Amino acid sequence: MLLKELSEAIGVSGNEEKVRKIIEEYIKPHVDKVSVDNIGNLIAFKQGDGSSSLKVMLAAHMDEIGLMVTYINEKGYLHFRPVGGVDERILPGKRVLVGDKAIPGVIGLKPIHLLKEEERSQVAPLESLVIDIGASDKSSAEKMVKVGDYAAFDVAFQELGARRVKGKAFDDRAGCAVLAELVKERYPFDLYAVFTVQEEVGLRGAKVAAYAIEPDAAFSIEGTVADDLPKEKDVSPTTRLGHGPAITIMDRTFVAFHPLVRLLVETAEVEGIPYQFKQPLVGGTDSGAIHLTKKGVPSATVAVPCRYIHSPASILSLDDLENTIRLMEAALKRLKPEHLRVE
Amino acid sequence: MIELIKTLTETYGPAGNESRIRQVLRDMVKDKVDELKVDALGNLIALRKGKGGKKVMLAAHMDEIGIVVNYVDEKGFLRFSALGGVWPHTLLGNRVEFENGVVGVIGVEKLESPDKVPTFDKLYIDVGAESREDCPVKVGDIGVFSRPLIAQGQRLIAKAFDDRIGCAVLVKLLEEIKDCKHDLYVVFTVQEELGLRGAVTSAYGIAPDVGIAVDVTRTGDTPEAPKMAVALGKGPAVKVKDARMISHPGVRQALIRAAEQNGIPYQLEVLEGGTTDAAAIQLTREGIPTGVISIPCRYIHTPSEMVDIRDVENAVKLLLAYLSSEELAE
Amino acid sequence: MDTFEVLKKLSEASGVSGSESGVSQIVAEEFKKYVDELRTDALGNVIGLKKGTEPSPRRIMLAAHMDEIGLMVSEIEKGFIRFTTVGGIDDRILLGQEVIVHGLKPLPGVIASKPPHLLSPEERKKVTPRDQLFVDVGLPEEEVKALVRVGDFISFAAKCVRLQGDMASGKAFDDRASVAALICCLEHLSQMKHRWDVYAVATSQEEMGLKGAIVSAYGIAPDLAIAIDVGFGDSPGIPEAETVKVGKGPAIAIGPNFHPILREALVKTAQELEIPYQIEAIPGPSGTDAWAIQVSREGVPTALLSIPLRYMHTPVETLSLKDIERTGLLLAHFISRLEKFPPE
Repeated sequence: MLLKELSEAIGVSGNEEKVRKIIEEYIKPHVDKVSVDNIGNLIAFKQGDGSSSLKVMLAAHMDEIGLMVTYINEKGYLHFRPVGGVDERILPGKRVLVGDKAIPGVIGLKPIHLLKEEERSQVAPLESLVIDIGASDKSSAEKMVKVGDYAAFDVAFQELGARRVKGKAFDDRAGCAVLAELVKERYPFDLYAVFTVQEEVGLRGAKVAAYAIEPDAAFSIEGTVADDLPKEKDVSPTTRLGHGPAITIMDRTFVAFHPLVRLLVETAEVEGIPYQFKQPLVGGTDSGAIHLTKKGVPSATVAVPCRYIHSPASILSLDDLENTIRLMEAALKRLKPEHLRVE
Repeated sequence: MIELIKTLTETYGPAGNESRIRQVLRDMVKDKVDELKVDALGNLIALRKGKGGKKVMLAAHMDEIGIVVNYVDEKGFLRFSALGGVWPHTLLGNRVEFENGVVGVIGVEKLESPDKVPTFDKLYIDVGAESREDCPVKVGDIGVFSRPLIAQGQRLIAKAFDDRIGCAVLVKLLEEIKDCKHDLYVVFTVQEELGLRGAVTSAYGIAPDVGIAVDVTRTGDTPEAPKMAVALGKGPAVKVKDARMISHPGVRQALIRAAEQNGIPYQLEVLEGGTTDAAAIQLTREGIPTGVISIPCRYIHTPSEMVDIRDVENAVKLLLAYLSSEELAE
Repeated sequence: MDTFEVLKKLSEASGVSGSESGVSQIVAEEFKKYVDELRTDALGNVIGLKKGTEPSPRRIMLAAHMDEIGLMVSEIEKGFIRFTTVGGIDDRILLGQEVIVHGLKPLPGVIASKPPHLLSPEERKKVTPRDQLFVDVGLPEEEVKALVRVGDFISFAAKCVRLQGDMASGKAFDDRASVAALICCLEHLSQMKHRWDVYAVATSQEEMGLKGAIVSAYGIAPDLAIAIDVGFGDSPGIPEAETVKVGKGPAIAIGPNFHPILREALVKTAQELEIPYQIEAIPGPSGTDAWAIQVSREGVPTALLSIPLRYMHTPVETLSLKDIERTGLLLAHFISRLEKFPPE
């Protein structure tokens, strides 16, 4: 399954090559041209059937959050810093894979037996954590890893039953999996399917790709927060598993273009595809960078709900993934110039 | 001019949903300009052509702050988030109005300590619904402060002077200006309150030679206010610096000279905390000399902002004097 | 070139973000010795072009920022000057600091507050809050009002001094040390052949949000860019893991902000020429012009060289002059060898 391959591949922001190769191989037979730009975005071009003069950009980001080795100490332990918004509370007790050779390492912790009472309820400060690859000293560590190496979490993809799956980096390999399927269709318009880089450190890849392409409309396809756990208060779950693709009204980086949101909703209703609205003003996506390109680009974001996205093991529903593909395909086929006019 | 200002402040137009205020502004300026268009973000761009002068972009943002409904609970109460810089302490006991006219009252959960300001997650809106099903408001709907404008002596009190007062200045400018040699791009921008977004795309599209934003600034003249050398009624402020930009010294000088040569009172502004569209315009393409004319305003981002009408009228005069001067950026 | 003399001239000049003319003049004078064209853009960036030899030369942009952090007059109270900060000022270094107020003429002043005798013991242990500080230029109220206005810039008055060995200390080494390295590079290049056009840019307003870099990169549209800035030099109290070593050469940065092939090419050049260098891992935004340039237009392959610097953002920034020279030398040799990028 493509999602499994993508989820297990290692591609932390700034080092997306392995993911790029998997995607390139998968989509090549279905598109007209594939290229890689100055920052590492994978850009696939597919000509339209000639019935529309529009240029549409779809974006899904290849990068995942992870860690970077910043220093190797005398004893061979690796100091590190997070890359992207890693939830620091989840670090202790995790297994990681370091560098291009995926050297196994662990983030250990002082045993609980040796802690003072107050220390037990405190989050271990980042500076106190190190990665242990089992090296005896600095020089033996340096034979295996180096400063600047990236580390990703070591999490295997697993099917859980009830169409639910677990894996790392569903944000945004789920989006990549959706986009990789979408390019199999030929649309009325010219399609630029961009597998972007460095979304997690500031929507960087999307910014330069959109500048080069100058699309008439853009959609980001994401894996987004699902917080549908039991709560004390009756408040928003942001999105819920099993309730279909989540359409963004607005997030912290952009306000979705109203006519495009309407197109998505109408399409879902006509085609009988379940959908939900993502809680407004939560998170950010490549659309945040794309919509401000040059004179502005009407943009929207559709996402697959995922639990625990900024920790190593996330969970999503394959039904939601497939419905996201269905919704995007149907909406893109109904996209007309009138959906790009401000009212 | 007060009727103009009243109409502008009382019109619904939160960041990201400016269609109503855009329509109102469109009707106000359409007979005063040569071209009118709306870009992909919703910016209203009006062009008054000149004769061989420079391309000048004048910007005032038409969006206001508000609150976004992020959830309708089982009983029909609304949970919400801030749209732009809204603080919880300005919400307690207040009312908001939605686009469909429904009014909501802001309520608060039981607090651990009654004298602490609650955080947003402890607040909710009551529109009088009995259940989720009969609630007339849905997720994504935006409410704005609900207040009529009051004129009291030289002072005006209303919501959204930030930045409808800037919009009013630009509308009045278009009414008064005659025979300006420069091409004037008067832009009523969107989503300034969400991060100067409208200014980014509109400035790119116009690629002006000079940019001037007209927005509000704080004052230091209220009891125990954080120190600031700007006061109500002492004239429009020529901005030197705010949290995110330093004005182009040549533009600033030209504004000061225009004020001094025409006997227009003005103040110099250094603002801590806060910025304007100018910070985005300045970084467009290869860079644009940009300045700001600020209207001193008390109680910014509350439902009861206050300006002095003389500052507003002098701001119009200052702009007219600046646009007729020899050098726009010395 | 006498590295210390050039550094001293740059360091002692006044050029707070947004008001760089005091230093940009010096930069222009130095650049003029080596470049074919010189211009200043809308935000005050000084851009020198040294032409390359190939028929349609590709462009490499070198960026070092010339602005310094400083203060600005926010209010005048009975002849005493209240101020706000321009850029990231460490409040702990303000009290007792000597400054220059750039009014109608430059006025020397001191940053002062209530004498310690009048403070409670708890107050004495805390850093004086900024609203209790003011600048005293020693003049009577009417004179101050005549010479100083709200919005006037205030810069630190700090001498640039030589310390032991090849160490030096002064203000604004962040980032004028890199401007010095850039000048050093241009001097070397004037004796070398290079195919690419070199755009040497002393950027403005980096401390206000990389502003000069944003607009100058757009205007130049380079094919490659190298930013030169300063890195946290080792000193007591800072964990070694977070610093680079002073006197051990420029740090070449690795991370998402930097193009891996460009970075490797710089490392290779340093190794071949036996120029000491270090590797600095930066996992996210680098806080330098490189961050802005990398995403200009369609994207620019970018690298960062950092000169190790102690006590950053204080008036006593300290570094090794040799590190400046090594940086200039590395850049010049890298540029003179530039042919195709990416190399085959």
